[in-house]
Amino acid sequence: MTIGAGTGTLLEVSGISVSFDGFKAINNLSFNIGPAELRAVIGPNGAGKTTFMDIVTGKTRPDEGTVRWGENYTNLLKRNEAQIARAGIGRKFQRPTVFEDQSVTDNLMMALKAARSPWKVLFWRAGGKDDARVAEIAAQVGLADQLPRKAGELSHGQKQWLEIGMLLAQEPKLLLVDEPAAGMTLAEREATTALLVDLARTRAVVVVEHDMEFVRRLNCRVTVLHEGSVLAEGSLDHVTADKRVIEVYLGR
Amino acid sequence: MRPGFLAKNPSVIWFLLILAIFTLTITLLSHAYGPGVISTSMVKTLGKTLCLCLIAIAMDLVWGYTGILSLGHFAFFGLGGYMIGMWLMYERTRDIVLASASDFPMTPQELQDAIGSQIFGVVGSSNLPAIWSFAGSLPMQLLLVVLVPGLLALVFGWLAFRSRVAGVYLSILTQAMTLALSLYLFQNESGLRGNNGLSGLQNIPGLSADQDHSSVWFLWASALALALGYLLAAAIVAGKFGSVMRGIRDDEARVRFLGYPVEGFKLFVFALTAVIAAIAGALYYPQAGIINPGEMAPIASIYLAVWVAIGGRGRLYGAVMGAFFVSIVSSWFTGGRVPDVPLGFYTIKWVDWWQVLLGLAFVLVTLLAPKGLSGLVDLIAGLRSPRRGGAPLGPDAGSLQQEEARE
Amino acid sequence: MRKVLMTLGIFLMLALPGVAQESAAQMAPATAGQGADPQTGLAAVLARNVTKIAKPSRMTIGPVIDEIAASGPGASRFLQAWADRRVGLRTSDDTLFLIEKKGQDYALSDPVTGASAGTAPRNEISEVKPNSGVRAVIGAALVRFLLSDPDPTKRREALTAIERDGEASHLAPLRASIAQEPDAQIRLEKQRLERLLTIRFGKDAGERVAAIDSFGADTGLDLRATLNPLVATQRKAFDGAPQGNVAKTLRLGRDLSEGEAYALLVAAKMAPERISDGAMKQALAANVVNGSVGGLPLADMSDPAKRELAYSALAKAGTVAPRLSEAEAQALIDAHSYADIYAEPDAAVTKAAEAGLARVSRKVGLMQSVDLGLDGLSLASIYFLAAIGLAITFGIMGVINMAHGEFITMGAYTGYVVQQFVPDYTASILIALPLAFAITFGAGVAMERLVIRYLYKRPLETLLATFGISIALQQLFKNIFGTQARPLTSPPWLDGALQINDIVSISYIRIAIFVLALVFLGLYLWVMKRTRLGLEVRAVTQNPSMAASMGINPDRINMLAFGFGSGIAGIAGVAIGLFAKVTSEMGQDYIVQSFMTVVVGGVGSIFGTLAGATLIGGLQKGIEFLNPSNTLAAQTYMILFIIIFIQFRPRGIVALKGRAAGD
Repeated sequence: MTIGAGTGTLLEVSGISVSFDGFKAINNLSFNIGPAELRAVIGPNGAGKTTFMDIVTGKTRPDEGTVRWGENYTNLLKRNEAQIARAGIGRKFQRPTVFEDQSVTDNLMMALKAARSPWKVLFWRAGGKDDARVAEIAAQVGLADQLPRKAGELSHGQKQWLEIGMLLAQEPKLLLVDEPAAGMTLAEREATTALLVDLARTRAVVVVEHDMEFVRRLNCRVTVLHEGSVLAEGSLDHVTADKRVIEVYLGR
Repeated sequence: MRPGFLAKNPSVIWFLLILAIFTLTITLLSHAYGPGVISTSMVKTLGKTLCLCLIAIAMDLVWGYTGILSLGHFAFFGLGGYMIGMWLMYERTRDIVLASASDFPMTPQELQDAIGSQIFGVVGSSNLPAIWSFAGSLPMQLLLVVLVPGLLALVFGWLAFRSRVAGVYLSILTQAMTLALSLYLFQNESGLRGNNGLSGLQNIPGLSADQDHSSVWFLWASALALALGYLLAAAIVAGKFGSVMRGIRDDEARVRFLGYPVEGFKLFVFALTAVIAAIAGALYYPQAGIINPGEMAPIASIYLAVWVAIGGRGRLYGAVMGAFFVSIVSSWFTGGRVPDVPLGFYTIKWVDWWQVLLGLAFVLVTLLAPKGLSGLVDLIAGLRSPRRGGAPLGPDAGSLQQEEARE
Repeated sequence: MRKVLMTLGIFLMLALPGVAQESAAQMAPATAGQGADPQTGLAAVLARNVTKIAKPSRMTIGPVIDEIAASGPGASRFLQAWADRRVGLRTSDDTLFLIEKKGQDYALSDPVTGASAGTAPRNEISEVKPNSGVRAVIGAALVRFLLSDPDPTKRREALTAIERDGEASHLAPLRASIAQEPDAQIRLEKQRLERLLTIRFGKDAGERVAAIDSFGADTGLDLRATLNPLVATQRKAFDGAPQGNVAKTLRLGRDLSEGEAYALLVAAKMAPERISDGAMKQALAANVVNGSVGGLPLADMSDPAKRELAYSALAKAGTVAPRLSEAEAQALIDAHSYADIYAEPDAAVTKAAEAGLARVSRKVGLMQSVDLGLDGLSLASIYFLAAIGLAITFGIMGVINMAHGEFITMGAYTGYVVQQFVPDYTASILIALPLAFAITFGAGVAMERLVIRYLYKRPLETLLATFGISIALQQLFKNIFGTQARPLTSPPWLDGALQINDIVSISYIRIAIFVLALVFLGLYLWVMKRTRLGLEVRAVTQNPSMAASMGINPDRINMLAFGFGSGIAGIAGVAIGLFAKVTSEMGQDYIVQSFMTVVVGGVGSIFGTLAGATLIGGLQKGIEFLNPSNTLAAQTYMILFIIIFIQFRPRGIVALKGRAAGD
């Protein structure tokens, strides 16, 4: 597979390694994703899934390797978290992290794509278009009647949805989603699956998940991580047939 | 149609109303404009208290809203006082020198030397240091009131936030900054008269009014500054900027992943509040009459945190209430006006025991009433805390607990 | 005995070429008939010089004293008596006696043997009263005898006297006394003093330079006191090239200002004194006529240039004395040369002295840095002691305890109270150390139970609550113990200092604190790494719920760990109280530095705390050394340094990396 700018690659991660006190969390990992693609990343505990996300979003600096982004082939390793987020990478955490002390509207307003510098934010005032967009997103994630409530008062599932809504408001080109289905009811899972599949039509979505059923429903290309590097890649049926994958998941 | 700013923040109107009534009442009861029920020194104390309320607002912005527990804002307060104090002292000394000089005109150098030896005779020097270059110009010194603390806050904040020093580390670092500054000012070499500080600031050059009148004018100036400061703070807090501030307080990393440059926001808030603190200081010290480096010791900044905590952080009126209540009660107790309590075997003298009481009250407020005095307002208004998801992290349901749990 | 003295006297005489030459003629007969004739020796000398002795004058008495000094037995006794005004002249036969008042009469004794010679009524004796000048000459002569006195204490006294107030005349007797000196130690001292005197009074440059060089880089204060006057200079102005032993030719504008140059000229009477600006102003003010002065309006007088104009106008009119114009003064200044001139005329000597002093100051510098290092080390141990408790409560448990300083104070006051009951200082300290630990342990546990346990994981609120406790405790101390400092006296065996040489010394109390710091480092390591408590503390701080599920009670462990950290603070308080004043505010002096120590060192690592303490202690001493007048400035700069240091190593010197650091 050839990689690089112009071949339809949105994010190109190549040869990254990182170690904590001698423990190699990521070992010579390479990963690519196109502009409108849904990808599931699976792997046993400690395979480096979260660390991989940390590196892409700028939270952790790798010891070696490169992370390139977008048409301009930007080096993301030179950017900080906020700059990477502004470049168009959104992240959803495992535990729902919303601003509990603020209303749903405020949460969504904060996430809404707009200028982010302190000076601009200071003089920013919500216009009719912004109100409409917030209402639209709230409707999309099923929180239309919850707008004035404080986020802290929402149920666990509603918080998950609010966080996804905030991601949508950011209008990212790449979505990194960490175990979205955790703690959701069956109906919520199905709605989440539908939403992710729908989102992947217009942007890249990377889903990290444990739950094989959930991954199967996503019906997309799967990357298997093990001990910090890619073990296998392909359709779910393809990778589950892989001997090494079976060994990793079942062998021990 | 979205509601207006004042409609969304009814507390602003209430606050301005109460402040106006308060100021008017004091004025009409003062020596200068009324029967004199309230003494001039009391007017000064109240005026100073209003300045303390203003710096409490700054502290609330930086701590209550943004979660940066700065133990350095009294340093900015003091710096503001020093900057205005330099002009007051220079101009007054110049007037005195000119009044006592003979008819023969002085050269500028002679005038400068005479002022220098008047001001610095007490520290055994007679030269005006370079930092007094602009002391003769009110506009320049007023500019410096804003610039010096603002720049110091910018430089310090840039260094601290850039390296992601946060939480208690930042608190200790700001405390160290305050300590360094006050130690520096304690030296005669600092060019600000060492531990003597600047004095005679209550006399405003070029103003023929007596203290009775000028104290009321300063009360009005302080009230105006407080009102403007409150309006500014309320406007900032009500908008998206305020949302981001509270977001940083509650979950800094999340705000970063939303694309906001957290360091820039913190720096902005830190510098802005430093400037507000400096303005409060510039209004406070002409009423106090004297400023010395002891005023800027780290302990003062911690007391500031105490006021805001007792008043209730995360609400502007809470900060004002705390500063007003604690400093008034404090001056009441330490002024020896509270009767002693004889217990037979021991007599409680409040001058000695007030600090113990304050310390313990503070511990109790932190433990049991994180909303502080403003919790009372909630009771009156019938507000209840929102129900919260997740396991409680402490014995109470303060709004800050989850943010701090993630330290 | 006498024989010894006599031989010594003779030896002295022979050894002193200058004295010997002068007195050789007179001495010849005495030497010839040594010991036999009663009219030889002292008796003969006295007989010959009786009039000069009775009415001595400073100008003429020198040779006589030399002669007496060389005369043999009894000479020192006579000189001593003479200097003490105990010599009298029997007017009837012009004979000298040692006299002593006895009622109305004098008791006489023979000047040579000291044997009694009866009494004489007052009117027969005239007391010999040498003036102070003569007594000084006698004193110098006496030194020779003292230097050879059989009693070593006397010899030492003589050396000390010479050291304090040496003269050229001491050199010869000192040299003479060296060879005979029986005591090796005193001989060394004599040799050293001889070289010092040679530097000052040696007869030629070669001898003096050799003496200077012989000292090498000796750091003795006496050497520096001897060399410094040799390199003292005086600033002078010259008409033409500088003369004398020039230390440095001064260039105008660089080495000295024009004002200084002019002052030198005035001092040397090479230029007239200028009328000062002040005097000019007074003269102008005195000549204001109808609102104008010297033809210029009074208002213009705020301009210095206009003042000059007005003054020269007045001078032209003859109203005031003319003033040297700037240009004229400048011409005078330029016409002369200026130099620093050594008071010592010999260039070779001054050069050697400068070189010697440079050697000395290099060595002194080296010694001082060693001393500074020791100072820094002891300050570091103090900071370490103050911070080690915090290393547990803050570093490991993550609890920020602003009342830690008050625990230190509490320990110090415990020591003070114990000393009120146990007067023996050694015993009281031995009681106070464990008691302070127990009390502050209790206070720490109480605080943890009552306040801190409700605030775990909420560091900012912990900071504020413990600060409240800190204010309350401080005021409580004030209410109980008052505001004045209370003494905590160290045992006598800790008094004094270990003196390594003139420059390097370290007080025993600091050594004790250093040792105590090491003991605590050991104790800490032992508790944390080798005991069950340490294991459980580490488990609880890393993962409380996991630890709890393994049967550890986190509440109990937190309580014990916090108590342990507080207890160490109490012991540190006793140690600090031994050399610092015990006041209610003493804890405040250490709290910020202690936090800095932990933060700079790296939170969670005891070796980090050690490194932090060393860095901060060393740095503070280093800055104090560069700016010795100002400890405030030293602290200011140190804090600034720390703030900047945190920029580059936000996690401290010993940084925990990776997931353990809570990334």
